[in-house]
Amino acid sequence: MNIQENQPDIAIRTVSLNLWYGQFQALFDVNLEIKQGIITSMIGPSGCGKSTVLRSVDRINERLGYVRITGAINVLDKNIYDVDVDLAQLRKQVGMVFQRPNPLPISIYDNVIFGHRIHRPPGSKLHRDEEDGIVEAALRRVLLWDKVKDKLQRKATLDLSLEERQKLCIARLLPVKPAVLLMDEPCSALDPKGTAAVEDLIWELRGEYSILLVTHNMAQARRTSDECVFMLMGRVMEHSKTDDMFVTPTRRETADYIEGRYG
Amino acid sequence: MNSVSGTHSVRFQAEPINLKNAQVQKLVKIVLGLMAVTLVIPVALIILTLLQKGSPAISWQFLTTFPSNGMTAGGIFPALLGTVWLVAISLLASVPLGVAAAIYLSEYAPQDHWLTRVINLATINLAGVPSIVHALFGLGAFVAFFRLGTSILAASLTLAVMTLPVVIVASWESLQSVPQAFREACWNMGATRWQTIWHVVLPNALTGILTGIILQVSRAAGETAPIMFTGAAFFLPFLPSGIMDQTMALALHLFTISTQVPGVPEEIPFGVALVLFGIVLVVNAFSIWLRMYLRSKKKW
Repeated sequence: MNIQENQPDIAIRTVSLNLWYGQFQALFDVNLEIKQGIITSMIGPSGCGKSTVLRSVDRINERLGYVRITGAINVLDKNIYDVDVDLAQLRKQVGMVFQRPNPLPISIYDNVIFGHRIHRPPGSKLHRDEEDGIVEAALRRVLLWDKVKDKLQRKATLDLSLEERQKLCIARLLPVKPAVLLMDEPCSALDPKGTAAVEDLIWELRGEYSILLVTHNMAQARRTSDECVFMLMGRVMEHSKTDDMFVTPTRRETADYIEGRYG
Repeated sequence: MNSVSGTHSVRFQAEPINLKNAQVQKLVKIVLGLMAVTLVIPVALIILTLLQKGSPAISWQFLTTFPSNGMTAGGIFPALLGTVWLVAISLLASVPLGVAAAIYLSEYAPQDHWLTRVINLATINLAGVPSIVHALFGLGAFVAFFRLGTSILAASLTLAVMTLPVVIVASWESLQSVPQAFREACWNMGATRWQTIWHVVLPNALTGILTGIILQVSRAAGETAPIMFTGAAFFLPFLPSGIMDQTMALALHLFTISTQVPGVPEEIPFGVALVLFGIVLVVNAFSIWLRMYLRSKKKW
């Protein structure tokens, strides 16, 4: 059997997903198919549930305690709410990039290798050279290596620009070889130049990772995504190729939102 | 050029109400300032009195010899050593327990759960219990029930119970001040709560935890009541040989020679007070310095 055939071409599939925060229902019957290896953006006005979908896919939502879910979220054809799913293993496969870059207050080097270290079997110790290789590869992948190679042991929270921090936050996900990258408005804290740089990077990672990108910036969705999901009031209104959505939206609400009649 | 400026010169003038407000403002500032300055007076007076009356007693010999002549002469060595013992052992008991409890409360306990509320309530109430009540509790629990007798161990544990709530609260606050974003970053990489705490939260909370602990040193060193019934003696002619022995302590020694022993020359109690005050001052200053030093190295 070929491994290639074994891989499903849908990275994330939600099946009749409903979600409540306490009494408030945030998601209504969400059925999404996020394809592998491409970039899918999610747009919609604030409070429409796009971040909620994102935060459900790595199960960070349930930490709140008052979240209730019905339906299923399949990541790589496995329902992540099955009882036999281990959260650590899930989050190894599903990486999250936050709105505010949040490098850990340890060295740049340690930031990148952190995930790899915590997922290593107990007792096994990698040779220093191997760790160096992993760190360099990850930093090269996010186009940050040349900027930070001389200060790897400096604290990551000291003198990196926001753009560099966000790239570092992406780099630290890579050593554990995730399949899915979730990005929650990854550029909204950045200036235009930083935004362009991070967008370039996201495009760079296309193909190797399945990327789900939440954004408020319609131009960004248009520039960087293959497919686009438009959500409104907890429901998926439209999901199509980005070019189609922005040129010929099928629904009135989508057209109105894209044209900035509400937001 | 400036021809317009003269024509509207009556704008924005203060009216009577503004002048009155400004006066009130000035008065309030002076009154509040005076009250703040008043705060310094007792501290300054205490330090001056202690230095003036106590410093003649201070000498190397005073610190390193036993009291003699019915405690009306000689030094304070056993009391000084006893205080060190009591403080050290009480911290040994209260720090691990307090920090562990704080970690649980801050990182694991579900908020708004009845058990969390009970623990919080207990912590607050424990902090409010007068030290003489702690003394009676120590007498009943450690001396009598656990059969430790009046001993360094019983007295230290009593002090530990007394300092515990402050250690918990200081540690909890310090853990809470670590930004939530760091925890989320860790969890999203699949780190367990413990890995998150160990690698990220604790290293960054250490400053505050240490400060809280150090401040408890001065509190434990200064308390008299909790150790009076549980392990501290008025006078012992020899040093304790272990933690099941009784010991002398500075605070109790001061109380004894000030109230129980006739004919003590004035400079001796003031000397003891000066030593005790000095220890507290040095420890507090060290804690403040440590906090500033560690804070200056920490940036996010």
